[in-house]
Amino acid sequence: MSKITRRQFIKISGATAGAAAAASGLMTHWWGADAPSGPDPKTDGDKVIPTFCEICFWKCGVLAHVKDGRVTKLTGNPKHPLSRGRLCPRGLGGTGLLYDPDRLKKPLVRVKKRGEDVFEAVSWDKALDEVAEGLLKLKDKYGPERLALFTHGYGGSWFKHLVKAYGSNNIAAPSYAQCRGPREVGYWLTFGQGVGSPEMVDIENAKCITLIGSHLGENMHNTQVQELADAIGKGASLVVVDPRYSVAASKARYWLPIKPGTDIALLLAWIHVIIKHKRYDADFIEKYAIGFDQLKEHVKDKTPEWAYAITGLKPELIRDSALFLSSFRPASLIHPGRRTTWYGDDTQRLRAMSIIAALLGSWGRKGGYLIPSSMDIPKFPYTKYTYKPKFVADKPKESLYPLSDETLASGLCDATIPGVTPYDLKGWMVYGTNLLQSLPNPEKTMKAIQALDFIVSIEVLPVELTGWADVVLPECTYLERCDNIWAPAYKQPFIAVRQQVVEPMYESKPGWWIAREIAHRIGLEDYFPWKDSMEYSKYRVKAAGLDCHKLQEDGVILGKKVPVTIEEGLSLTFDTPSSKIELYSEQLKNLGFDPLPEYRPQSQPPPGMFRLLTGRAPMHTFGRTSNNRFLSQCYPENEVWVNAEVAASLPEFADKPLRTGDRVMLVNQDDARSGPVKVRVTQRIRGDSVFLVHGWGHTARGLKYAFGRGASDSILTTKFKVDPIMGGTGLNCNFVRLEPWHGKTAGEQEAKA
Amino acid sequence: MSTSKNNSFGRPGVRYAMTMDTRRCVGCNACVFACKAENALPAKGFRDWITYTVKGNFPALSELIRSERCNHCSNSPCTTNCPTGASHVGPGGIVLVDRGMCTGCKACIASCPYDARYVHTDGFVDKCTFCVHRVKRGLDPACVSACPTKALAFGDLNDPDSHVSELLRYRKHTVLKPEKGLDPNLFFLL
Repeated sequence: MSKITRRQFIKISGATAGAAAAASGLMTHWWGADAPSGPDPKTDGDKVIPTFCEICFWKCGVLAHVKDGRVTKLTGNPKHPLSRGRLCPRGLGGTGLLYDPDRLKKPLVRVKKRGEDVFEAVSWDKALDEVAEGLLKLKDKYGPERLALFTHGYGGSWFKHLVKAYGSNNIAAPSYAQCRGPREVGYWLTFGQGVGSPEMVDIENAKCITLIGSHLGENMHNTQVQELADAIGKGASLVVVDPRYSVAASKARYWLPIKPGTDIALLLAWIHVIIKHKRYDADFIEKYAIGFDQLKEHVKDKTPEWAYAITGLKPELIRDSALFLSSFRPASLIHPGRRTTWYGDDTQRLRAMSIIAALLGSWGRKGGYLIPSSMDIPKFPYTKYTYKPKFVADKPKESLYPLSDETLASGLCDATIPGVTPYDLKGWMVYGTNLLQSLPNPEKTMKAIQALDFIVSIEVLPVELTGWADVVLPECTYLERCDNIWAPAYKQPFIAVRQQVVEPMYESKPGWWIAREIAHRIGLEDYFPWKDSMEYSKYRVKAAGLDCHKLQEDGVILGKKVPVTIEEGLSLTFDTPSSKIELYSEQLKNLGFDPLPEYRPQSQPPPGMFRLLTGRAPMHTFGRTSNNRFLSQCYPENEVWVNAEVAASLPEFADKPLRTGDRVMLVNQDDARSGPVKVRVTQRIRGDSVFLVHGWGHTARGLKYAFGRGASDSILTTKFKVDPIMGGTGLNCNFVRLEPWHGKTAGEQEAKA
Repeated sequence: MSTSKNNSFGRPGVRYAMTMDTRRCVGCNACVFACKAENALPAKGFRDWITYTVKGNFPALSELIRSERCNHCSNSPCTTNCPTGASHVGPGGIVLVDRGMCTGCKACIASCPYDARYVHTDGFVDKCTFCVHRVKRGLDPACVSACPTKALAFGDLNDPDSHVSELLRYRKHTVLKPEKGLDPNLFFLL
């Protein structure tokens, strides 16, 4: 083959097509600019409709391309501050949900025993009448507060309104007690406010970003990952604390492969180093904080050498990383993370992180934490809720978990098991959350469901939970419906609209319609005076003095930018009892908790067992997308990560050492089993832990793609430790062993059949 | 290059190239999904993909993540080995396959050291086109437009003011399999 140099190539490109082909003497075939080439796949839409995403809960701005009534592709809305023209992989795969052949197509009514997953397809009228009858009976027999609503996702707003109008305040999302709750409470104790969603962090201007267990990059909250890349592009450094060599760890200046469950010891040692070497922002602390002296005294003996014995991290690594990250203050961001429910002492761990953020003076600072605001959008006027809500039934005693500021989904589940709380819940309405995966210990959830008088599920896919419902109402996807408008607190405040992109498929219906129809059947029509969600949203937009047409056209309207940092002229205030940053928490002390975070040892896996850690893959939003065939093209099932040295030395696999791709069963300390799951033998994880991406191992047969693929971490999470401060469920307390597997997977058997 | 104002398509002397910034990339696969949706590819057809290369032993590790695709080699064996002329060099050096002329003989697949081609379910050989249909309109390829980390850039290597030229001027970079001497136009920034 003759070699063509760059120089020659340039000459050729400059010549006319025919001459070039002749002159080159190569067999290269050359066409001119007008000759046929790669055909245009013509996936641009005839219509391009802006809306916002629901594949995760970040809610990025989407442009949906529609051609001949079908959505051909989804792209990022350049005008939307969360997508900035780019979607994450999951958002790009929204069509995989819309065109999922396994979607719920018709309303269903249970015909056999609850949980047997046998249903009859019925008309909407029949299904809605049945729901209305169930709700009215429940109210008559026990009172309205016996109904619980579990909800996750933006469409849930209609059902929250419905259930409040009905007379119950027992409304919860698993995103609190199973996810970000400890973080909100930890920061609230220190600074008087939580960090919210989207998190109020200034990643793009940070010079150093410290991730503690958070794996941004695998966790694809779009704007955060965009900003992380921008920060890296500008030369920012990363410090990553993770038992697993995450993608973020691979980009970090310091990776601290910590022994799981010992983070508080590391954080105390970091505080020790920062104070000892006077690397904190003394002016900031002097001006805004109280409790510094107590903190200094508290960490006096929490040396890196002390932490070494606990965390397994060498003293010099602890010292160097603390000096390194503090050298960038205030633009040194201790990222607050998101799923923070690990060991039941989570609020205290988040307190320790917030204390470091305060010492670095990064609260309300460029490259640190921002203090954002939202646009003021008036509510739609409707009849006021008349009921006097009984106290929420999510705690066995009112004195427990005193600082929970949202209802505990796990608590409402417990309250359904007779006699656990002062009054038992008797009915469930479940919107958009698969409680058999999103709550720990699914056995317990099933037990609770069996004690119910009535359960209705509003869902898009036939997930495990719908199999346990009495009535299943098929909702259409976010691309087929309008929802409430959204105006979150953000550094650039904005209002965004979710618009219907295509007609609902099958007999599915939008949530707003379902809620309104139920309301009309149970005498609550006064609470739903709007014709449809568009009328509702338009009223609110107009009442805010904004242009509906522009909002529909652009998908988003930006609000006035106000100062979000001290540098921009913001003056800091703290909604704490002292009106200061509380390094030392009198509030915690008065409630009988540690006023400063203490390290207390966690139980460790017995020999032959490994701590089960979970996290995310960038192509999936836990169980919500595991049946999404488009997204599964790049990630068909989860794998269990096993340390390479460990894999070579497991006695169960002495005959045939484990290799990547082999399948194993995972068995936990209570003999709960999950799998068979593929093994990923890797250097990228500690030997005392294994890792699974959350949301796999589906047992619902209706999920024809996801059924039997991978392992369910939920099934293996029979044990959890409750955070005594706010009731969060620490999920990283389970140990598993690996068992050989020789059979075919359920998925493979189905495929063969 | 992202607006139609500075559309270089069809101009003489243009050499299209892509840069892939391994420091920014998190291996999320958005480029893959964007390509699949833009080009309506079959389930098992991939024009781009992610590679993860981990080196070392716990805890002394390194990882390099790359978004890979056809290298649009300036010296492309796939076009020289194509018996029908279906594989050809298009405007700006973009290596393309004329579907009508392709018999699916796979000579190009055998000659490509980057494994960048596959047989489409409709019988012809398919590969990355740098989204030539978009480039014609002055747009970036779909993967470049979609990448959440802005790890990908596209433009004219012979224009010293283009973003790709600038990146290659200031950033250390490499190509895949330089020893093959194919003069690839996909550059990895380190």
